[in-house]
Amino acid sequence: MDRSSLTRSRRIAPFVAVAAAAALTLAGCSSGSGGKKSEEGGADASAGKASTPRMTVALVTHQSPGDTFWDIVRKGAQAAADKDNVKLVYSADPNAGNQANLVQNAIDQKVDGIAVTLAKPDALKGVIAKAEAVGIPVVGLNSGVSDWKDLGLLEFFGQDESVAGEAFGKKLNEVGAKNAVCVVQEQGNVGLTQRCDGVKKTFEGKTQVLNVNGTDMPSVKSTITAKLKQDSSIDYVVTLGAPFALTAVQSVEESGSKAKVATFDLNKQLTGAIKDGGIQFAVDQQPYLQGYLAVDGLWLYKNNGNYSGGGEQPVLTGPAFVDESNVDAVSEFAGKGTR
Amino acid sequence: MSKAQQAEPAVNTPPAPGPRQTDGRTARRPLALRLLARPEVGVFLGAVAVLVFFLFAAPPVRDGSSMANILYQSSTIGIMALPVALLMIGGEFDLSAGVAVVTSALTASMLSYQLTLNVWVGVVVALVVSLAVGMFNGWMLVKTGLPSFLVTLGTFLILQGVNLAVTKLVTGNVATDDISDMDGFDQAQALFASSFDVGGVQVKITVVWWLVFAALATWVLLRTKYGNWVFAVGGNKESARAVGVPVTFTKISLFMLVGFGAWFVGMHNLFSFNTVQSGEGVGQELIYIAAAVIGGCLLTGGYGSAIGPVFGAFMFGMVQQGIVYAGWNPDWFKAFLGVMLLGAVLINLWVQRTATRR
Repeated sequence: MDRSSLTRSRRIAPFVAVAAAAALTLAGCSSGSGGKKSEEGGADASAGKASTPRMTVALVTHQSPGDTFWDIVRKGAQAAADKDNVKLVYSADPNAGNQANLVQNAIDQKVDGIAVTLAKPDALKGVIAKAEAVGIPVVGLNSGVSDWKDLGLLEFFGQDESVAGEAFGKKLNEVGAKNAVCVVQEQGNVGLTQRCDGVKKTFEGKTQVLNVNGTDMPSVKSTITAKLKQDSSIDYVVTLGAPFALTAVQSVEESGSKAKVATFDLNKQLTGAIKDGGIQFAVDQQPYLQGYLAVDGLWLYKNNGNYSGGGEQPVLTGPAFVDESNVDAVSEFAGKGTR
Repeated sequence: MSKAQQAEPAVNTPPAPGPRQTDGRTARRPLALRLLARPEVGVFLGAVAVLVFFLFAAPPVRDGSSMANILYQSSTIGIMALPVALLMIGGEFDLSAGVAVVTSALTASMLSYQLTLNVWVGVVVALVVSLAVGMFNGWMLVKTGLPSFLVTLGTFLILQGVNLAVTKLVTGNVATDDISDMDGFDQAQALFASSFDVGGVQVKITVVWWLVFAALATWVLLRTKYGNWVFAVGGNKESARAVGVPVTFTKISLFMLVGFGAWFVGMHNLFSFNTVQSGEGVGQELIYIAAAVIGGCLLTGGYGSAIGPVFGAFMFGMVQQGIVYAGWNPDWFKAFLGVMLLGAVLINLWVQRTATRR
């Protein structure tokens, strides 16, 4: 053994010892409650696989990175892809110009079908026409319910955020709310603005908008607390994403306000909060269904020439309300991150 | 003699004729002017101005619990602004500071949950990871000689991607699982995210930590050898090295200090909200840097204080919440914020100019 490797092994030895000690310590530190161990069990929804020839579908959305809602859309799309023997290519960019480039990218890859969200239809018009010109079927999902026909899309799944917003506003009327504040976690985001505008349109009480810095949770919490202090007559806090609803519950507690919390979208912790009454209700557009149907729709078109709605009517995926009465049925699926 | 005054411009006036005993270099300037030359005085006046303004413009601010809320918001910015300011005095800055907070919180949360361990294990491992990220930044900088802008822009992007991808890989979702029912959570929450009662007002513990860290940083900066090193490497790296300052050690340790701050704020986020969203933290680095700059630290290094960023962060929190307390049109929110911050920086600049002009 030469000298250098000897000194090296001597240098490494203490680290190995520390690592081993750490591993031993870790083993003695397991948590008696919670954690993954208590959650395990229960198989994922899986079914057989189609014997149709392999095809490729591109799903191009306007997701911003790390957004829960779009994560669920993608899971739905992936589930359909696995079942239908489809290779799913997912890409996303919140910037409309970049989203158009991603669609072009899919055309260049010669995919067998494209599913696209139309958050800014005008920006995508040209590139969608290109796809149609080379014979690639294009379907729409989530946003663009008023534009998909003009752009010549085959079919459309979901609804505009504004429809969900309007349904939310009606629900607020039902529960007797008078003064609601709509918490926008990303100022200027098209979908979020549509949700608030939808609420404003149908809600008979007063609707205020509050912009918060969604990338910094402590800031979200303080800002909602501040708003509740500033206007003590607010009786409903409307959040536009599940994580912000849970933070809003803390803000309500801290400010001593009597306001209740309701939200768009679901996640695992949220269903728990609906169960114990911290959150009144959530409106769900069933993002999983949007992704699933978009991919499945392209598969059906390719293999059997079917298209939902006959090119005239969109396929609506919501709005579905989740409250105390039906939360038990939903929570199991939300727990897996698929609803 | 405080360090800050080293940055004053050299004065080249000829010795005064006549019986005067002192020349322009040794004359003691009036106390008021000397005070004004301190880096934190401008921001102190700015913060007072903003506070008084909102006390008039937004009645709810006068309430004690509103002030506690503002201080809470300020503290979560301020705890990170401190090490960022020290780093800036040392002549570098760190663009990865915002996402590093989330990296730390994600590490602790996922490790504890996935392996079903006591949450303290996650907390300790997260500290190691955060310090390692800081060390990597510092090491890359020292080894390659690249500007810190480039090195930390790289880590910023890497961490942003890793946060998202690893979270998705490990949990299957874009957020971590709830760890609030696990062993050790309550203790950790007491340390990082509890609140206590002061005359009927609930004050967050982060406010206390913030002030403790600020006092500690001030002491280190003004009273220790390490503090001298920080000013020296930020002022002129080569001369610092020439007089025997361990430049490499100082720079790397400053980056690791930012890692420590990121860990602390990350733990606060985790234990007050139980879960962590993997996409958070982007853009926060600029807020930390802004708080430090408003606090009187120069972007070029060698000048600044630890108390300045405390007021800088307070000003940021005050403006951010004050706009909401005042009930102004939320569409203008960011614009208001920008105008008020620019105003504050201008006051800062004016005070410094007045103070150092002869």
